[in-house]
Amino acid sequence: MGPVGANEFLFLLQGLKWTALLAVIGFIGGGIFGMLIALIRSSRNAAARTASAAYIALFQGTPLLMQLFVVYYGVALIGIDVSAWLAVAIAFTLHASAFLGEIWRGSIEAVPKGQAEAANALGLHYVSRMKDVILPQALKISMPATIGFLVQLIKGTSLAAIVGFIELARAGQIISNQTYRPLLVFGIVGVIYFIICWPLSHFGTGLEKRMAKAAR
Amino acid sequence: MANSVIDQSTLISLEKVERWYGAFHALKAIDLSVRKGEKIVLCGPSGSGKSTLIRCINALETIQDGSITVEGQLLDGSSKAVDAIRREVGMVFQSFNLFPHMTVLQNCALAPMRVRGTSRADAEKLARKYLERVRILDQAEKYPAQLSGGQQQRVAIARALCMEPKVMLFDEPTSALDPEMVKEVLDTMISLARDGMTMICVTHEMGFARQVADRVIFMASGEIIEEAEPEIFFKSPKHERTKTFLGEILAHH
Repeated sequence: MGPVGANEFLFLLQGLKWTALLAVIGFIGGGIFGMLIALIRSSRNAAARTASAAYIALFQGTPLLMQLFVVYYGVALIGIDVSAWLAVAIAFTLHASAFLGEIWRGSIEAVPKGQAEAANALGLHYVSRMKDVILPQALKISMPATIGFLVQLIKGTSLAAIVGFIELARAGQIISNQTYRPLLVFGIVGVIYFIICWPLSHFGTGLEKRMAKAAR
Repeated sequence: MANSVIDQSTLISLEKVERWYGAFHALKAIDLSVRKGEKIVLCGPSGSGKSTLIRCINALETIQDGSITVEGQLLDGSSKAVDAIRREVGMVFQSFNLFPHMTVLQNCALAPMRVRGTSRADAEKLARKYLERVRILDQAEKYPAQLSGGQQQRVAIARALCMEPKVMLFDEPTSALDPEMVKEVLDTMISLARDGMTMICVTHEMGFARQVADRVIFMASGEIIEEAEPEIFFKSPKHERTKTFLGEILAHH
């Protein structure tokens, strides 16, 4: 058994850097496209609604691991050479956009109908109606689910190891194989995940409370 | 009726308006003409189509046949016509429908800024003017949920007034209020009426109807059954259904 010292810990932190970066990319990309999906999903165009529902069903109904494989190897198959980075970023964006799109669609529909009616009666157009009236309320409603999904996404980044990424979980596995101290190493890895995810959940709850107070 | 020749002073004109919800016939060949400055009270049992009727005027509901004209603008289904009409028509809802994430002032300033392109400073000035008008300026920085129902409804009236509409539609504005708050909202509406605002009010407040209305219209089963000046309407209703309805309403008030 080898020691788990500063070098090993630094290696884990290197992995953590990729974990964080992947989560941020997934969340930003997924946030932008997810908003688009949510808006299409709650639009009046029936064909667009059906298409976006199919998109959501596809990505919610298949494992993230498989989505990673398909994007990583699939894109290469059609002759486009993508870096592992780009492939993983695309896969996480697609995955997150489907989930966030569905969460936000539900939230948009949970805003009382009278809000859109009042906006309409005042003559507000779609953009203002959404941006000023519906979405601020919908995002507030979605906050617990959105943060919950972000926590899932952070943990889900461990799957990127499969296409060669040395992120936190993979880094832990490597150190564990070198030191033969799996319990200690994965214990540390677990604590690192917890240190990131728990404050996030906590922040989400706090945000929810603050916004509830403003609306009371 | 001289429906084809729209009088100079006619502001709203409905001709043979039809509305179904599936098999339910909500509005049956409604003809209605509202003159500038006229105050109309619409009453009738629930499900009689009175709310549907006023919601058709600002295109919150679409009609399936007939025509609606507001200030010479025919509601032809185009978004241009809808925009033009909504600029002239203000609406107050039973459940207030204030935007809960905005302060009272922001609620009032939003539409002038977004629809008319008014600057924030001017929109807020306008908002303060109308909040003063409904005597609630001191609450301008609060959120709707911090106000009583009566106060919220007065803010909703101010919000609609900020678009400086030519007509105000009231959809049971006092039905969701506790009894002690009904008066402050009715007083606001009465003062609005005194200033010459054209108003169509769906309400069961018969005291308000007596005091303010030029015409009381009774609807049942999607039809206009009877309409008359309040004096005549309450003293000598012609139709049996009107009598029954008035009997029930007045027994409760």
